[in-house]
Amino acid sequence: MSHIAPKSMYYTIFGILMVMTGLTVFAAFHHLGVFNFPVAIGIAITKATLVVLFFMHAKYSSRLTKLFVGMSFFFLIILLSLTLTDYMSRGLKTYPGGAGGAGYGVRSAAPAHEAPAAGENKEGAAEAAH
Amino acid sequence: MSDAAAITGEAHAHGHHRDLQHHFDTLEQQHEAATLGMWLFLVTEVLFFGGLFLAYMLYRIWYHEAWVAGSQELSIALGGFNTVVLIGSSLTMAMAVRSAQTGYRRATIGWLLGTMALGLTFLIVKVFEYKDKFDHHHVPGYDFHVDAAHAGIAGPMEIFFSLYFTMTGLHALHMIIGFGLMSVITWMAYRNRFSPQWYTPVEMSGLYWHFVDIVWIFLFPLLYLVDRTQ
Repeated sequence: MSHIAPKSMYYTIFGILMVMTGLTVFAAFHHLGVFNFPVAIGIAITKATLVVLFFMHAKYSSRLTKLFVGMSFFFLIILLSLTLTDYMSRGLKTYPGGAGGAGYGVRSAAPAHEAPAAGENKEGAAEAAH
Repeated sequence: MSDAAAITGEAHAHGHHRDLQHHFDTLEQQHEAATLGMWLFLVTEVLFFGGLFLAYMLYRIWYHEAWVAGSQELSIALGGFNTVVLIGSSLTMAMAVRSAQTGYRRATIGWLLGTMALGLTFLIVKVFEYKDKFDHHHVPGYDFHVDAAHAGIAGPMEIFFSLYFTMTGLHALHMIIGFGLMSVITWMAYRNRFSPQWYTPVEMSGLYWHFVDIVWIFLFPLLYLVDRTQ
């Protein structure tokens, strides 16, 4: 009825997935600086793509099915990117010399983590005095 | 039931395949509709887990230090073993679908039982991992505490473990549901319900099982491998 892939294809894909699993563990133990996360997520996306295309037969599906597959990732990207764009930009200065707000970048977990917010208030007060 | 009766349907003999629903013209059309519907369900599943990944990303950016410390409390050996087991179960599932496509009933049953065995192995390992978290007081809201070196980031570490339990717990729930699906499909294969003309339930269960595998493909590096260089 539908496309029947050779057994060897499934074994090959499985082999590649195993190698990539080893690679992602290997990479985690090495200093890659800012590339640690992109490498880990890049390998995961590649593995997921292989599973979708070959194990889930997306490669051999109708164009309508392919559209639905793409749609799931399209909406996922919107969910992640727009929300993170909002959160990550909240501390950015909105005008030259303006105040940076809380919520930007890495938060310190120490009890004094309200400190940046206090600094912002001071700046705000200074501006009000002008 | 004889082969001829299987094709025409005993209850109402008007010349179509036993498993062809009346509102479809052909088995191909019916299969295509099922595939599309299954993928639509998987779109909602992607967004369901997507919300959790979003929460994970945000807290990881804010509390990176706690993420590194929390991640180091997880066992790469057990997590890695489970990754191999689960990807292996995806292979056996793909082979089960292929066996159903080509009409090998015994092979279909064998591959399905293999998939269930690997799924069960994954869940048993997970039980031991969870037990370890209870023993080390790393269960949020249940006498949670961390060692002195991480006292300053105990709160954010509790968030890490909350997400760890929510994400792996919901993933495990999906596996348990998948195990139930496999049981039904295996029973249907045993009853000789599938043929190269109609094996839709095997393929749809396969799509679900592979999706659950994909979720774990992301969970493993995100939870176990945050930064192991320290």
